Amino acid sequence: MSDLYRIEGLRVDLPLPGDLLSALLPIRRPRLTILDQIDLAIAPGETFGLVGESGSGKTTLARTMLGLAAPAAGRLVFRGADLTGRAAWAGLRRGSAMMFQDPVGSLSPRMRVGALVTEPLIIAGRPIADRAAEAQRLLARVGLPPGLAGRYPHELSGGQARRVCVARALALDPALIIADEPTAGLDVSIQGEILNLMADLGRDQGVGFLVITHNLAVIRHSADRIGILYLGRLVETGPAAQVFARPAHPYTASLIASEPNPDPRRRRADLAIRGEIPSLLRRPAGCPFHTRCPIAVAKCRSIDPGPRAVAPGRMVRCHLAEDIPQPRNPAEEHSR
Amino acid sequence: MTAPLLDVRGLSLSYGPVRALRGVSIDARAGEIIGIVGESGCGKSTLASALIGLPAPGATVAGEVRIAGEDFLALPEARRREWRGARVAMVFQDPMTSFNPVLTLGDQLVDFQHRSPVPRAEKRARAAAILARVGLPDPDLALRRHIHELSGGMRQRAAIAAALLMRPMLLVADEPTTALDVTMEAQIIHLLRELRAEHQGAIVVITHHLGVIGELCDRVYVMYAGEVVEEGTVDEIYHSPRHPYTRALIDCDPAHIDGPAGRLPTIPGRLPDLTGTLRGCAFQPRCPRAGPRCLALAPPRVAFGPTQAAFCHEAGR
Repeated sequence: MSDLYRIEGLRVDLPLPGDLLSALLPIRRPRLTILDQIDLAIAPGETFGLVGESGSGKTTLARTMLGLAAPAAGRLVFRGADLTGRAAWAGLRRGSAMMFQDPVGSLSPRMRVGALVTEPLIIAGRPIADRAAEAQRLLARVGLPPGLAGRYPHELSGGQARRVCVARALALDPALIIADEPTAGLDVSIQGEILNLMADLGRDQGVGFLVITHNLAVIRHSADRIGILYLGRLVETGPAAQVFARPAHPYTASLIASEPNPDPRRRRADLAIRGEIPSLLRRPAGCPFHTRCPIAVAKCRSIDPGPRAVAPGRMVRCHLAEDIPQPRNPAEEHSR
Repeated sequence: MTAPLLDVRGLSLSYGPVRALRGVSIDARAGEIIGIVGESGCGKSTLASALIGLPAPGATVAGEVRIAGEDFLALPEARRREWRGARVAMVFQDPMTSFNPVLTLGDQLVDFQHRSPVPRAEKRARAAAILARVGLPDPDLALRRHIHELSGGMRQRAAIAAALLMRPMLLVADEPTTALDVTMEAQIIHLLRELRAEHQGAIVVITHHLGVIGELCDRVYVMYAGEVVEEGTVDEIYHSPRHPYTRALIDCDPAHIDGPAGRLPTIPGRLPDLTGTLRGCAFQPRCPRAGPRCLALAPPRVAFGPTQAAFCHEAGR
């Protein structure tokens, strides 16, 4: 298959923070399963949106995909190569890049923008004839003025710092960019700039994106396919337009319904979802969502629903996917 | 009609040469939720600090913040201290830093009532009652907890409880849901709506998120570069904005766009330099409709009906 990145049956366990004794003695600390049974594929040039609340494991998944956290089980495949040996991981590091959530925090405060955007080339050992010219080329690609190369990160606005992070991610011409909350902290009037830039890169240069966010409005407009993560499991995946139009998992439906609507005429009177995401330490038995699910029945409390296809390219983990209440469709409402 | 509970008239505030607020006038009546919306740098947090009588040290303040008829900013600091908490209370964006991390929630909620003459046990009971009201399960257990032991949503509920403890007339909420996930955000919005029915005072919600305004507020003030550029009911502002900035801001919101957009709109350009004097309209360099008058003259207030007004030369045309 021609997937850019494929994940099969991934499980990630992280050790629980131990006490002083366990740090000193060679006791195996108890481990907590953060992610389990993750199957995911990203095609070249595709933007995959990963949505989940805090604590759902979004960032751990990104870190595992880049080798920053070790998988406990499962297979990771990048451009057809199993990520098992050093050579495969080196291939991944050359062919992928990460945009971290905090743009200013991920840029060294003591380096100028020009040095920051060309640093990946130096680290990768790429020969560059003229570092300054290369910096200008990268800045131009993200629409930043050349004069910015001499600035330090603290002299940049939020939007500029984001663009510098994009330029840095682009330095090695990656096939995959993982963007963790790419619009967090940006004003609404400029978040479009970053999303448009990412869309251009995907369309014109075939860069694949994994966009991690809890902002559904951002995902709705930028992702080709989306995955909804809940307590470390993908509960629904499918083409973005279809999932938004007709969610198959009650959690997806509640997330969409919870989004605050700027139109006061579409204000909702009731609450779409009650309660909070349970702690990973006390994962509910059966379906992990049954504690907050508006339509849960007896079997949801005892039997963990496995993944099943509800339509071509759409997977859901829910016993009751066929009879979940559908959210109001804004398009239909308009034509009324 | 009753006099407004909160009446801010011509409020200006400068940090040295930076004129962060310039002639801001807003009002709110009892039982009303008003929204202040704007992007970073528009002065909305500076306005919040002035509303609770805590402008940054060294700031130069002119104008009035009248609460129940009295000018809050003209009072001596000792009186302002008495007012804070009792008449005016605030909910901050990050509840983690608005509580003391080494004291239990119960101790703090009792301390916040230090001006109340009732016995300590009664204060603790009141704290438990208000925690139950904002939806903390098992309030007696919550009183013995430290703030880090609560989840983000529960922390923000506790912060709202703390603000309401002394039954203030004016509740100022600065980005109350920004740090929360969407499901928690919906729950906090729901809670604030419920509380408004019981709370006799006015609520001022400061946010950059148009969704929060749409779901929660009765009236809105749109701020840009330290000024109010438009005011009106939420319906007027969302469905018939008159100021070009309001229009552009709504158009940029991805939640406003139905279906896949292709390209998302943006507002080109950047905020003007707020040091020194601004000539003409502050939004003019970024405005698609700017004419020669916008360069030279400060925009007039143009009223559209009893509740809506925009500060713009072109709005009425």
